[in-house]
Amino acid sequence: MTPEEKKAFEDELYTYVGKAIYSAPRKGYDDVNTAMIRQWSEVMGDKNPAYNDSEWAAKSQRGHTIAPPAMMYAWTQEGYKVASEGRPADGQVEMVQFFDRHGFSGSLGTNVDQEYFVEAKPGDSIFEESIIDSISEQKSTARGIGYFFETYAKFTNQDGVLIGTQRFRVFKFIPPVEAATAPAQDGALEVPTRAVSPRGQDNKWWWDACDEGKILIQRCQNCQTLRHPPRPMCGECQSTEWDSIESTLDGEVYSFVEMHHPKFPGYQYPLVVAVIDLAEGTRIIANVVGCEVKDIHIGMKIKGKVEQVDPKTMLPQFYPVAGSAA
Amino acid sequence: MTINISGEAAIVGVANTEFSKNSGVSELELASVAVRDAIADAGLKPSDVDGMTTFTLDNTDEIEIARAVGIGDLTFYSRIPHGGGAATGLIHQAVMAVASEMAEVVVCYRALNGRSGHRYSSGVSGTLLTADAIHWGWYTPYGLMTPASWVAMYTQRYMHLAKDVQDAMFEVAHIQREYAVTNPAAFFYEKPFTRAEYDASRAIVSPFRMLDCCMETDGGSAVVVTTAERAKDLKHPAVIVKGVGQAAAADMESMTSFYRPEIAKIPSMDIAAKVAYQQSGLTPDDIDAAIIYDAFSPIVLWQLESWGFCGELEAPQFVLDGALRPDGRLPTNTHGGQLSEGYIHGVNGIVEAARLVRGTSVNQPAKDIKNVLVTSGVGVPTGGALLGLAD
Repeated sequence: MTPEEKKAFEDELYTYVGKAIYSAPRKGYDDVNTAMIRQWSEVMGDKNPAYNDSEWAAKSQRGHTIAPPAMMYAWTQEGYKVASEGRPADGQVEMVQFFDRHGFSGSLGTNVDQEYFVEAKPGDSIFEESIIDSISEQKSTARGIGYFFETYAKFTNQDGVLIGTQRFRVFKFIPPVEAATAPAQDGALEVPTRAVSPRGQDNKWWWDACDEGKILIQRCQNCQTLRHPPRPMCGECQSTEWDSIESTLDGEVYSFVEMHHPKFPGYQYPLVVAVIDLAEGTRIIANVVGCEVKDIHIGMKIKGKVEQVDPKTMLPQFYPVAGSAA
Repeated sequence: MTINISGEAAIVGVANTEFSKNSGVSELELASVAVRDAIADAGLKPSDVDGMTTFTLDNTDEIEIARAVGIGDLTFYSRIPHGGGAATGLIHQAVMAVASEMAEVVVCYRALNGRSGHRYSSGVSGTLLTADAIHWGWYTPYGLMTPASWVAMYTQRYMHLAKDVQDAMFEVAHIQREYAVTNPAAFFYEKPFTRAEYDASRAIVSPFRMLDCCMETDGGSAVVVTTAERAKDLKHPAVIVKGVGQAAAADMESMTSFYRPEIAKIPSMDIAAKVAYQQSGLTPDDIDAAIIYDAFSPIVLWQLESWGFCGELEAPQFVLDGALRPDGRLPTNTHGGQLSEGYIHGVNGIVEAARLVRGTSVNQPAKDIKNVLVTSGVGVPTGGALLGLAD
């Protein structure tokens, strides 16, 4: 994504914040009942007599069994048919599909926080109201780049009494093309990224601008000669005074290679690297993407844009100009 | 011949930068400013300079400074080891170079951020941010990070301009393998390959296949050099160094000189060849055989052009006419080369070149061999030597 594309994506994404997931409070398919409570307790290994021992419960202070509080979210779940039919359309599904369309197809549930206020007992009906409460700024994680979104749900009973609330946090991310399998020290998956240039006094400004989506060409302030790669002195007039111009990234393939072997972790294949003549008159080395390798040729017109190529790296990537590929 | 260098050279320009605890600029800038100012102090222009020398400890390559300052072609550059012990060593180098006409104007330099940057007192730790590390950073993020990939970039360009390059690359790789097949010392002794096997060998970096690339080798090579006078009394016929040149042509980067107007050639080797021919009085017609540095097959082609055995872009035809074969115009890499004998950074080639002059190569051509060319690796500042029998 270029910085412009990212801004457009986020402008639309953040309109989901505050949206209701359901058009009306959603009622559980079944009221609170002993059969589901027993099955849930068996699966969870929870032997608390307050849930399943009606004799014990009758003598307890409550006088009846209750549902495990953590089951609160279970009563309004869609059920097994989601596996075959998918989740029915709602506000959250719409947002998830928006993520997916933009490449953020990975999903990872990261946190659930519940608070309980009132107990539910067999015979109660459970209602859920949910909203998309927040969406984070873009984050880079070991899984990839993406956004955390959080839903906020309120659960009420048939009397309209609030029995509990829930925050559910999900990370939607761009799955790496070639995920590493080697676990990092903390056990999390470490996604390899491209080799980076060290940044010193003579090139940091260039890479910093690249991070901001701009490719600059150094210009001598004394004689106006352009030079790349950057260096601190003009070879024409020996001046150390310089500024820069922004390249339009209109270019032409001067020479190119396709990397086959060895394959480097963190790089996507096929991998083509070219020496590129820029319209400004300087050359730059960068990748050519967006077409079949066999169609790349010396003299091909290309246009670059700065893109995020992995969770840590912004680089210019050049695409064929329509009609230029063979 | 001996030369008394006394009185042959003089210091004519001097300069310092500001001395501080934090220069706020790179070591490359410090060096560039000092070099510029010393040239100006002498009343010379950057383009008058053709030699540079510094400490091995210096973080900034002479070719980086040459580009920054606008110094053009270099025919002399050197480094002296051992820290501060190198200081007057720089003068020693420069005087030798000037007295022997290897260079006319030599700049000696040393620049460091010795306080704000890496402090020698802190010991060897941390990351050094050198001009060289920054140089590689323009390529590695895109995946261009192997010697094969850098040389392939020039090759693709050469293929665009010249004809039959792929066939010529096969011919280079194949004839060298044929020499190795009959060289018991070679890595690939008695292991020939066919065109079909070449075409089917693993893709490394298009347009290179595995058989276009040398194979890394454990091994060693050495040669002993003495005076021609002393050599007369020794065991073998003397192999006289008739000419030797080194050069880093203008706008040089290590392996990635992609910014010159045309990259399908080796201007550094063109200069080295010119220097060596001038010293020796020889011409390409006088050269009977060659050992041409061959980490990758196409680099042999460009060097044949640099040394004038054929015209620009004509090397493929020269090679396809059989020139490199035992009975050809210029039997080349008769040991099997680095592609097929072994990769000892070209020093095994010097051994073979000497054997060709002595007449003792395992694949000694039938014709008389009077003069032999041997070259250094290319893509980096390079050189070559012309060896032959005493006249």
